[in-house]
Amino acid sequence: MNISFQNAPQKEQKLSPASARAQGEIPTFLRQHRELVSALVFFVAMMTVFTIASPSVWLNSQSYTAVFVSLPIYIILTVSLVFVVVSSEIDLSFPSVVGVSALVFTELYLGGVNPFFCLVLAILCGGLAGLINGVLVCYVGLSSLVVTLGMNFFWAGFTQVLTNGYGAPLVSLQNTAFHNLFVGQLGLVPVQMFWAALFAVIGMLLFTRHKYGAYVRFVGDNPEAAREMGINVRKVKVVSFIYVGLASGFAGVLAILINNNFYPTTGSGYLLSVLAAIFVGGTPVGGGVGTVAGAVVGAFTVGFIESGIVAAGLTGFWTQLVYGIVIVLSLITHRINRPRHRRVGGW
Amino acid sequence: MSDPIVELRHVSKAFGKIYAVRDVSLAINAREIVSLLGDNGAGKSTLTKIISGVHMPDEGEIFIKGQKLAHWNAARARRTGIETVYQDKALAEHQDVTRNIFMGREITTWLGFLDDRKQREQAEAIMRRIGFTSRVMSVHSTVASLSGGERQGVAIARALFFKADLIILDEPTTALSLTQSQEVLKFVERARQEGAAVLFISHNIFHAHQVADRVVIVDRGSVAAELRKEDLTAVELTELMQDVARGKEILARQNIRANTEALQGEINQASTPAPSDRRYPL
Repeated sequence: MNISFQNAPQKEQKLSPASARAQGEIPTFLRQHRELVSALVFFVAMMTVFTIASPSVWLNSQSYTAVFVSLPIYIILTVSLVFVVVSSEIDLSFPSVVGVSALVFTELYLGGVNPFFCLVLAILCGGLAGLINGVLVCYVGLSSLVVTLGMNFFWAGFTQVLTNGYGAPLVSLQNTAFHNLFVGQLGLVPVQMFWAALFAVIGMLLFTRHKYGAYVRFVGDNPEAAREMGINVRKVKVVSFIYVGLASGFAGVLAILINNNFYPTTGSGYLLSVLAAIFVGGTPVGGGVGTVAGAVVGAFTVGFIESGIVAAGLTGFWTQLVYGIVIVLSLITHRINRPRHRRVGGW
Repeated sequence: MSDPIVELRHVSKAFGKIYAVRDVSLAINAREIVSLLGDNGAGKSTLTKIISGVHMPDEGEIFIKGQKLAHWNAARARRTGIETVYQDKALAEHQDVTRNIFMGREITTWLGFLDDRKQREQAEAIMRRIGFTSRVMSVHSTVASLSGGERQGVAIARALFFKADLIILDEPTTALSLTQSQEVLKFVERARQEGAAVLFISHNIFHAHQVADRVVIVDRGSVAAELRKEDLTAVELTELMQDVARGKEILARQNIRANTEALQGEINQASTPAPSDRRYPL
């Protein structure tokens, strides 16, 4: 089909790949990954400030090891939540899903079930909670903001009621192969950090290279267009909710393994910091755009704030204040480094 | 003669209590260009969305190549060879041109991973072929950074890419310059030569007349008139449209009544002439 266009600018063909390369691959990369770049710049700047404030702490590898113990949980939760946010929904129930999955693991393990099997069931339990969220949002048609807030209360209460508020020690797991495989130590690095890295890489591949990631973006960007092009919008969103659920299940098990103890409020502290990590990482609230790599950097940023503050000699009372400053400053960084044509909006 | 590509029989679709499409019967044959004309709110877009599978009709039957359909959705429509260029272009603004061209039908390698390079190459080829390229626009461009005409180009490229039996163009010339509009019309003729039927929806009566084999006028959800191109000139068609618009209450109603009766039988075999004006055969 060769339509010749007299007036169409056919002579001034678009740039061939070769000339595009001549223009430089690095600027293209920077342009295509603006959010990630902003997030990285911001993280490096923050760590520089921390290092200047307390060089002895941040030039010592042990400080990083300490942070890496709990950072993986943030990474896993943040990475999975990016998909929901990009599909233009939100999930606020994951902290309690972390808790309820941890409970499932604990109950089964103390009941004598093989820990590997317990882990699988805990993850599936998280997935089920995600499925419930997805169905309520996509098929019942409820607002994800409100319904997942409700489910957060529900699962938290569910855990409290079943445990009567009591925790349970998991000391018998310590030094078992299972324990070492998930939360042992490999050299200076806690093993859970490798699991988080694996999870992040899979998340990045799904988001940037896989059909599913493309669909999540279409659905968040223009749901009507996605529908017209034959994409099952509801299904894509439900899968994202399930994904967060599965990740929460895994994070829940890691959390109690790290502490060697189940406590009924497992997960409750993650809500705001994980959400902050996503937006600090450069994923805007409007849907259709986002970055998993940026979200990982965001998780690092948020994960290092607390230790950074304490190491700088400030009391723990400063934590929230600095959190606030960091989040607002990073959003301003992203705002400055935004393409002109991007719409402003979202919740 | 072989079965029509698409045939609607007594199709109705209501949103709430308001019928957007009421008892419409319409057939589109292979390699036929049908222009759909009508005022705003006449039901043109709803009709196209029924054919393209976005809306399921409340009543009536859809036949695709003689096969009656029970379940009908957009993915299925595209698989059976019906491509649509929507009025709103159906583009995802923040994604690049390549991703938009392959939206919903990505080329994948293993386990559903995208074959980005192949997609990019083919997207480049198709954009070059239809000539909607320029220096500022490449397949990497985000749709949000494109002009109206360029967006239309992307939407048409998408419909063209996959060999379709029927291409539905919903007001494709609206946002375009004079030259670009002519290119679109040429594209319509090309598409027919390549073996596709085209359903062309437009507010521009001259465009509609220029490309069509057959003109269908819809008014308030029903087919008001169905005529062959040879039966009247573009100017006469304009007059007819004005009549439909001006005399909606009287003339259009008569037309509709005459038509619904006529269409009870086979399409295109309507023998009842319009009671109001014999110059416009039904």
